[in-house]
Amino acid sequence: MASFTLNVNNSDHKVDVPEGTALLWVIREHLGLMGTKYGCGIAQCGVCTIHIDGNPMRACVLAVDNFSQGQKIVTIEGLSEDGTHPLQKAWIAAQAPQCGYCQSGQIMQAAALLEKNPSPSTEEIKSEMNGILCRCGTYLRVIKAVKMAAESKLTNVKRS
Amino acid sequence: MTQTSKTINRRHFLKSSGGVAFFIGISGILPQLMSCSDTKVLAKQIEKHKLTAWVQLTKDGQIIIYNPAAEMGQGSMTALPVLFAEEMDADWSKVNVEFSPQNSDVYGSPGWSPGSKLMFTVGSRTTNSYYQLMRKAGAQARYILVYSAAKHWGVNISELSTAESLVTHNKTNKSISYADLIPFLEMPANPSDLSEVNLKDPAEFKLIGKEIPRTEIPSKVDGTAQFAIDLQLPGMVYGVLERGNLHGAKPTLINEKEILEQDGIVKIVPFEYAIGIIANSLEKALQLKKMLKIEWSDAQASGFNSDEVFTEYEKIAAGGNTEKAIVEKGNIKKALGSAARIYEADYKNDYVYHAQMEPLNAVIKVAEDKNSAEVWVGSQQGPDTKLGVPDILGIPPENVTVHLQYLGGGFGRRSMNDFVEECAYLAKEMAPQPVKLIWTREDDLTYGAYRPMSLQRLQVATDKNGEITGFSHCVVGDGGHLVAGGVRNDYYDIPNQFAEWRKASHGIRLKHWRSVGHAPNKFAIECMLDDIAKSQKLDPVALRRKLMKNSPKALATLEKVVEISGWEDPPIAGRAKGMAFAEHGSFGTGVCEISVDATTGKINVHRFWIALNAGVIVQPDNVKAQMEGGVIMGISSSLQEKISIMDGKIQQSNFNDYKLLRMNDSPESIEVALLKSTETPEGVGETATPMVAGAIANAFLALTGKTLRHLPFTQERVLEALNS
Repeated sequence: MASFTLNVNNSDHKVDVPEGTALLWVIREHLGLMGTKYGCGIAQCGVCTIHIDGNPMRACVLAVDNFSQGQKIVTIEGLSEDGTHPLQKAWIAAQAPQCGYCQSGQIMQAAALLEKNPSPSTEEIKSEMNGILCRCGTYLRVIKAVKMAAESKLTNVKRS
Repeated sequence: MTQTSKTINRRHFLKSSGGVAFFIGISGILPQLMSCSDTKVLAKQIEKHKLTAWVQLTKDGQIIIYNPAAEMGQGSMTALPVLFAEEMDADWSKVNVEFSPQNSDVYGSPGWSPGSKLMFTVGSRTTNSYYQLMRKAGAQARYILVYSAAKHWGVNISELSTAESLVTHNKTNKSISYADLIPFLEMPANPSDLSEVNLKDPAEFKLIGKEIPRTEIPSKVDGTAQFAIDLQLPGMVYGVLERGNLHGAKPTLINEKEILEQDGIVKIVPFEYAIGIIANSLEKALQLKKMLKIEWSDAQASGFNSDEVFTEYEKIAAGGNTEKAIVEKGNIKKALGSAARIYEADYKNDYVYHAQMEPLNAVIKVAEDKNSAEVWVGSQQGPDTKLGVPDILGIPPENVTVHLQYLGGGFGRRSMNDFVEECAYLAKEMAPQPVKLIWTREDDLTYGAYRPMSLQRLQVATDKNGEITGFSHCVVGDGGHLVAGGVRNDYYDIPNQFAEWRKASHGIRLKHWRSVGHAPNKFAIECMLDDIAKSQKLDPVALRRKLMKNSPKALATLEKVVEISGWEDPPIAGRAKGMAFAEHGSFGTGVCEISVDATTGKINVHRFWIALNAGVIVQPDNVKAQMEGGVIMGISSSLQEKISIMDGKIQQSNFNDYKLLRMNDSPESIEVALLKSTETPEGVGETATPMVAGAIANAFLALTGKTLRHLPFTQERVLEALNS
């Protein structure tokens, strides 16, 4: 067992887990942040996607040991205060989720995309989002929602 | 954790003071109306009279409607409450939806077979089977409100109307809200008034058929939607099982001592087909699972090679016995014997895996005295509403409480509750500590229960005019209905038809997979039709028009899809369109547009169109979502999904070697036209998927002149076809 202090969603959390424990299990089972999902454990499905210092990463293949030096970890629970991130609003407007299990991963991946590319083309969206699987087949609505969010963000910037 | 405690007590509404719950009986049970002031009395009343509780009304105007079906993304959390609210004339903006208790006596659907009551979210039958029940329960709630208003005002009930949670006396223009009626609620003196309530004419619908956002979606964009895997309980321990990769093999653990010496181990629980590990953390349980040294026995599947068995299937198709005749219409022997021409072809399909994104899991807490248990699970429910747990614990069903959670995908896999039973065994060992059982993705895939492989041998007779006079369909494979479902041609006018199942058996675990036998069988039927059309130099539409001449509603879907897909327009260079008809409750015709990379053998599906008749459309946008999802699952399984088995051992283990369709390969667009109908809603979850393989193969035929007759159409198989 070892002690780690993680910065998750802008607050520090101390956990005691064996070295090498996947960040995903720490986030879910030890911190109780259940919005980040387990799907494959080998970075193939992307439903565990979180942000580490703003970059989308698969929590299932990251060892907790490497992320306790002040890296800023953000999960779906920390994406917005009250579920009103433009992507979350767009996801509802597009009625994107079906079972919903992959959608935290989809939204976190999309959020990182819009941070670096506020106005992505369909091809850019597909390329960036391709790592997140959805068995229900919501891909077309996910693309639509990302575009809607991008448009609303641009509109907001212009207004402000 | 607040959400957990909220979910734990599904009956917390009983404790809300000042509210009123309508407990309205169905099918012969007398309705009762009770105050919520004494929760203990009320709880006893429910048990005593086995009454059903569909709705709660509170003084601030909130209305809670209970959903009896599983929510796995198909929208039951909205569709069923919409049916209820429609007839209740509830103000939808004030409606909240919760899962009903899992009690089939009270909440079961009679839509399965006469006299039965099941809570079972399978076969795309939820909206269909609850359509009348939910509407009637809603109408009864409305009647009680109107009756009470009539008594309160001393007017005739026929002078009252309702809309948006408001009762109005038309003559005096006096109104009272449902919430304000709470103090004056009264049961009708004559209970038969309730059992004979009138339902609305579809022309009067205000909610059904309108674009209503799904109620649970907001919780699915901020991480708060609770799946069983998300549950946490005090003192919880974690269970995992190692089941090997040979279905039915028996394990012998050879390093038990070593495992028991490890940190974090709580218990080893042997199963007939697996070794269970309980540990005090999930990471420990997974680590210990990897350390297990197990010797596995042989099993029925030993020696079975899935790629080689089709030669055996061909022999069975040629000389085996009929296990079950499914369709016998006219005289097929005579039709084939007198045919001017016989078309014959074999179609094949490999095993496919459900791949629901949430791996199987459950949480169970058995009480210290082992006389009761609570179960948290994402299940499609089942004929046994308590999911096998009472038998394992040796306690009465009423002592088991099942808390249904959202399902991270079902697709048929979660109608098999083996994972719940496993968790019950572990929880029995650990009582009173709760156990969370998790299947890893490798467990979920390797110990899957697949859509079976099968062979379809079709023989079609045509007369001297080219008319199809006989259709013979022989299905060879394991699993009965699992391979033989979908062989019927009820919408095609063919005078002589015969369909049969011939049995094979390999000891591989099998289960219903979205659309079940429909996907392989509609693929075979629809490809055969295009083969015949090509041979007769007919447009595939013209051939189907002839076959559908006595099924005008099916024909209307064909005509509509011809229109929206631009079927008659000249094709884009390098692309072609193909079509297929399918029915699975609802029915419709699909058209796809594909291109093929001749160097790699990769098929790209560019666009897909569906015209669908599903009866009354309760939620139009959600029906479209089901078509979209069904098409994408259909493309994925038609092009690239395959479980292969060598010497009985499953060869794939995770998404690195079992490839699902990704966003890059999804079509540019999926366009859906919903045909108008006032008939009872029919299921929409499994109608799109079985259109896909046939539509792709038929487009491939149009594009290349070559046939694809073995699912999935992997790049190797496509290249083989192109070079044939």
